[in-house]
Amino acid sequence: MKIIAIASVGGHWIQLLRLKQAFKGDEIEFISTKESFAATVPGHVFHTIPDGSRWNKMKLLQAFFKVTGILIRSKPDVIITTGAAPGLMGIVAGRFIGAKTIWIDSIANVEKISLSGKIAQKFANRVYTQWPDLANSKVVYSGNILS
Amino acid sequence: MIFVTIGTQEPFDRLIKAVDEIAATIQEEEVIAQTSESAYVVQHMKTVAFLSPVEFNKLFDEARLIVSHAGMGTVISALTKQKPILVMPRRASLGEHRNDHQMASAKKLHELNFIHVAYDEEELKEKILALIEAGDPQPLHHLGEWASDELIQSLQKFVHP
Repeated sequence: MKIIAIASVGGHWIQLLRLKQAFKGDEIEFISTKESFAATVPGHVFHTIPDGSRWNKMKLLQAFFKVTGILIRSKPDVIITTGAAPGLMGIVAGRFIGAKTIWIDSIANVEKISLSGKIAQKFANRVYTQWPDLANSKVVYSGNILS
Repeated sequence: MIFVTIGTQEPFDRLIKAVDEIAATIQEEEVIAQTSESAYVVQHMKTVAFLSPVEFNKLFDEARLIVSHAGMGTVISALTKQKPILVMPRRASLGEHRNDHQMASAKKLHELNFIHVAYDEEELKEKILALIEAGDPQPLHHLGEWASDELIQSLQKFVHP
């Protein structure tokens, strides 16, 4: 099984790395927004995309095309993300290449699902929240990245 | 050494200024701050701009107390490395973030007694002094390397049905 795991740098990335254990026997490639973060996943293919976190439209579009290109070339079976904008791009583009897509809403979203998470609900095969109070018929709670 | 970090997204001068003021009164303790686009001119701390993960980890490991915004990345790093951490959440009403999720997550983790939280600058100064004056501050909670078993198993089941 080939997995592509996506997160922007910072808290989203740190949460993503805590899920690696779920994919021990699988091949995992990573996508993030700063090249220096490749050092945190030695032995894995690492793709860098432009940082769209400031919602600069041109950069967002560039990032979306780059993510789509990576997915078309890598042909993953599964796409998993902890957010934010780059992860949403992966979920949307993943839908078109037929991958199974998983959105895990950041643990920082305690009171409500993030805006990106709400959009992801329309595209992802599964959406997780990390807080039991936020689970509903479309959003699954099953533990969180704390242990 | 106290390591101060506000993440890399937006400035957080309220925190930087408060820690700088307290640094002036504790000159025997080195204070190193990672700042970005700060309008406030730091006087009593050593400052660094963006750090690579390797450089960041080095300062993190050397510190005996972490003071930071309530970003989950920093909080999780502190809990896994068993570093005591004191956070002050950013407030949307002061233009420090897009929304108040830092306030909500700080409150939640405070309730769980995972982290020390200061809700304003005065409380931040008081808590820094109290923590370092009591000797070496101790971490409140320890996180393992991975997500909870429940989440890991749920993901495995979904990916390999």
